[in-house]
Amino acid sequence: MLYVVIAFLCLAILMYLLLGGADFGAGIVELITPGAVREKVRTITYSTIGPIWEANHMWLIIAIVILFVGFPPIYTMLSVHLHIPLVLMLLGIIGRGTAFIFRHYDAVKDDMQRVYNLIFTYSSFITPFFLGVIAGAMVSGQIDPNAPDFYSAYIGSWLHLFSISVGIFTVAICGFLAAVFLIGEVEDEAIKALFIQRAKVLTFLTFISGGFVFLAAEIDGLSLTKERFTDWVSLSFLILATVCLVILWKYLRTGHKTICRLLAGFQITLILGSFGYHYFPDFIIVKSGENLSLFNSAALGLPIETLGWALLLGSLLILPSLFYLIYSFQRRPAEL
Amino acid sequence: MDDLIAARSQMALSMAFHIIFACIGMVMPFFMATSHYKYLKTNDYHQKELTKAWSRGVAIFFVTGAVSGTMLSFELGLLWPEFMLHAGPIFGMPFSLEGTAFFIEAIALGFYLYGWDRFNKWFHWFTGVVVGLSGLASGILVVAANGWMNSPTGFDYVDGKYINIDPIAALFNDAWFTQALHMSLAAFAATGFAVAGIHALMLINGKNKVFHWKAFRIAIVYGGIAALLQPISGDISAKDIAVRQPAKLAAMEAHFETSKSASLLIGGIPDVENKEVNYGIKIPGALSFLAHGDFEKEVIGLDQFPEDEQPPVMITHFAFQIMVGLGMIMMGLSVLYFFSTWKKEYWQEKRWFLWLFVLATPLGFMAVEAGWTVTELGRQPWIIYGFMKTKDALTPIPGIQVSFMIFTAVYVSLSAIVSFLLYRQIKSLPNMEGEQPIVNQSSTQH
Repeated sequence: MLYVVIAFLCLAILMYLLLGGADFGAGIVELITPGAVREKVRTITYSTIGPIWEANHMWLIIAIVILFVGFPPIYTMLSVHLHIPLVLMLLGIIGRGTAFIFRHYDAVKDDMQRVYNLIFTYSSFITPFFLGVIAGAMVSGQIDPNAPDFYSAYIGSWLHLFSISVGIFTVAICGFLAAVFLIGEVEDEAIKALFIQRAKVLTFLTFISGGFVFLAAEIDGLSLTKERFTDWVSLSFLILATVCLVILWKYLRTGHKTICRLLAGFQITLILGSFGYHYFPDFIIVKSGENLSLFNSAALGLPIETLGWALLLGSLLILPSLFYLIYSFQRRPAEL
Repeated sequence: MDDLIAARSQMALSMAFHIIFACIGMVMPFFMATSHYKYLKTNDYHQKELTKAWSRGVAIFFVTGAVSGTMLSFELGLLWPEFMLHAGPIFGMPFSLEGTAFFIEAIALGFYLYGWDRFNKWFHWFTGVVVGLSGLASGILVVAANGWMNSPTGFDYVDGKYINIDPIAALFNDAWFTQALHMSLAAFAATGFAVAGIHALMLINGKNKVFHWKAFRIAIVYGGIAALLQPISGDISAKDIAVRQPAKLAAMEAHFETSKSASLLIGGIPDVENKEVNYGIKIPGALSFLAHGDFEKEVIGLDQFPEDEQPPVMITHFAFQIMVGLGMIMMGLSVLYFFSTWKKEYWQEKRWFLWLFVLATPLGFMAVEAGWTVTELGRQPWIIYGFMKTKDALTPIPGIQVSFMIFTAVYVSLSAIVSFLLYRQIKSLPNMEGEQPIVNQSSTQH
């Protein structure tokens, strides 16, 4: 049953990165869209992600619940040593979620819209950035359970080049996902061309910031590059991901909706898979003491058993209805 | 302000904020589904407009409830890591089920809000019902988790370790039912009175009278029935904690000394130092009766607990008095409403009648906050009753005061924006007098 729980944890993280990520990305795309067409982008964003955006963010809750029920030492370690980036991420989540709904449900469309838009776009940037910082910090080996002072315990644990590079990479991924996703939703040729161009820029940025992650790892003295190039499975994942990127560039030109989306999703899955495979079963690499892995942190016995069953039963209810929801609104986007 | 107080304040503030949105988010879908049902049955134009207006409210409250709930799931660890380290696997069952319920709610809300004229109309209506039911289920599950903190079961505590964990037993702890029942009724009463109060105010303003009457009736029927049932649930709760958490009951009643035939205290200012109560009304034997169903029985007082295991008396007592007092007022108003509907319908046209309900708008939520104050403060100094103290669960990171200030600013601004949005929503309702379509649409759609 432990493996079932781990599978759901991976699924929840992947789905959050893909669906929630595309959601954040919509805000990032809005941020880098010229002012003249922003309103149109907003409308398209709303009609495509409006119905499913709430559900997209439930994956984070699922992941967090799995962590604190099934792997409490991991949850606790994160909460203590990454307190600051977690709070910053939470502020982003609040700002984004509420501004997105508020700007639509404000009965009067006046200057307040500008406030909502500002909060929405910037928190769409902040949230995935700190999400990436947290992910980077988890594997950076800078978290020190025996840290002697405030700085090394609560700031040095995450404030270093590598984590920041992962944060930037995450932002780029989200923007990239959203741009690819939104292309398929546009009728207007001019905007479509703009989205294709933005998607290309973001693809490029993803590529560059991905490289930067390795560079930062080298500078910070993490042996990521060397380890990665000797781990053939995760290396081949990365190579495959890069191949996907090349194919994607080709299809972006013709703007083939489904293929582009599948490729983008597949590519991100590969990147996450490469990281996941490389570190599995370790979840938090610590500076001193034993790393926290999904095995040595698991609340084995009944907690994991019941959690596994709850997840299995829950997914029987959730997955079909979620697919039906996405399918319904894919066929015909919501009208405003 | 030291870190412990800052952390407790932040947690209290987050919960106080979340509970309002959680209540409205779980109860308003029922109102919405009711008006929607009436619309589908009678094709009444007002009911359709009402359903849409309420569903906009649900969207605003749901998202605010959802983000504040997401924050809480992190704050548990951010503020109380030691608690979560041990409690997570034990009381995680309701949270993992709640995750499912919450997810279903979000999916159903997507279908409902965006599903007008898209799906079969009864399927569409049904998704609205699912929003309410899954919201209610989420609420019950989370309260069951809180119940476990008051009544920890499902593990053995050996040498400071929590072993032989049984999450199912922890889910069905002794407190889950009484607490969940009390909270569910409270949510219906509070939301019912709040919604009814707002529509009563609109009725006084005089625009769209027919529309607001229909809204008022649906809300007050839900709220009124819940308010009338609440004392029964309160009695069950009192008898339960008299046995399970006597220190909490003693603090609620400022009952300092264990005594037989204990008297019930109404009002009064506890003097903690001299262990006496000034200015209160005492009803002899009544506390024994309420706690144990017998006017003679002994009720345990605070003297049975060491000083460092006593909950704060003053606030717990006041909060309890406020909760009961407000509950009584709401019960009285419910009786008034149902009586007037039955015998004196013309009262409902009077301004004094409407004003009473306008004034009652915040009462339910004040009672909810007071009630949670009783539950949470009454459990102190424990975070897991009898096993772990709150101060031992505190995060080691210093400077929680800063985070408390940030979160306060966030919650204050969110409350302001939500009130502002609501005000605009209500203000921008179109004039609906005499707009009832003459042709019955459903008869032309065969």
